[in-house]
Amino acid sequence: MATETLAGTTVEVDDEGFFVDPSNWTEDMAPELASHVGVDELTEDHWTVIKFCRTDFAAKGESPTLRRVSTEAGVPTKQLFQLFPKKPAKKMSYVAGVPKPKGCV
Amino acid sequence: MDKFADDTDRKLCIIVSKGTLDGAYPSLIMANAALAEGIETHLFFTFWGLDVITEKKMGHLPVTPVGNPSMGMPQAVAPMPGMATVATKMMKKKIHDLDVPDIEEFVEMLSDMGAHLWACRMTVDMLDLDEGDFHESVEAVISAGDFIEMSEGAQLLFT
Repeated sequence: MATETLAGTTVEVDDEGFFVDPSNWTEDMAPELASHVGVDELTEDHWTVIKFCRTDFAAKGESPTLRRVSTEAGVPTKQLFQLFPKKPAKKMSYVAGVPKPKGCV
Repeated sequence: MDKFADDTDRKLCIIVSKGTLDGAYPSLIMANAALAEGIETHLFFTFWGLDVITEKKMGHLPVTPVGNPSMGMPQAVAPMPGMATVATKMMKKKIHDLDVPDIEEFVEMLSDMGAHLWACRMTVDMLDLDEGDFHESVEAVISAGDFIEMSEGAQLLFT
């Protein structure tokens, strides 16, 4: 199993870099994770998405899809593509330390 | 740095030729998946697929058990009045329960994700439609030749 050192802590990650155990994630790891996926600065809107991913994963046991973030967290689809360019579904989960989303829509 | 960046320059073109729920949804779902992966995605709506982007029809796409044995209804019963309405209602409810958007919202969502939607010139002429009949996210009415030119180098799906 691969590991990664973030904010001074070593955590286990899968082949694609997603957290094996989402409970290892802390907020101070997010900026470094974001820098791995081409997001240089985390704005308030980024945090809205990240926090929703965290709470939704905790509640549902699976990572939210783009549609869930847009309908439940109120962040429009277009904006998700601006916040996490090209591959928002993967990137928001990656930065939030939750598994790669499995939902189709 | 972007660890999810790929330099494959992938592009997907989907030809949508069916206007039933079971004909349309698979194309829309594939397009959604491709767009979420950052893949340039084009949808070309032709024949009854045009219903999926026609304002007056997109909210009322049916599914019919006639000639559709996978739905499990005896084929002698399937053509009876009201069966298609019941089947359509049931499928819409199932889709809704999965939190999958209805057709109108789905088309809007794809457009927000950056999909390119095109209407087939010949079908538009055949059905006496014009550009004003389509959902606002449709970019243009184009010919088969235009679409083939556009899809150069793309992965192509016919549905």
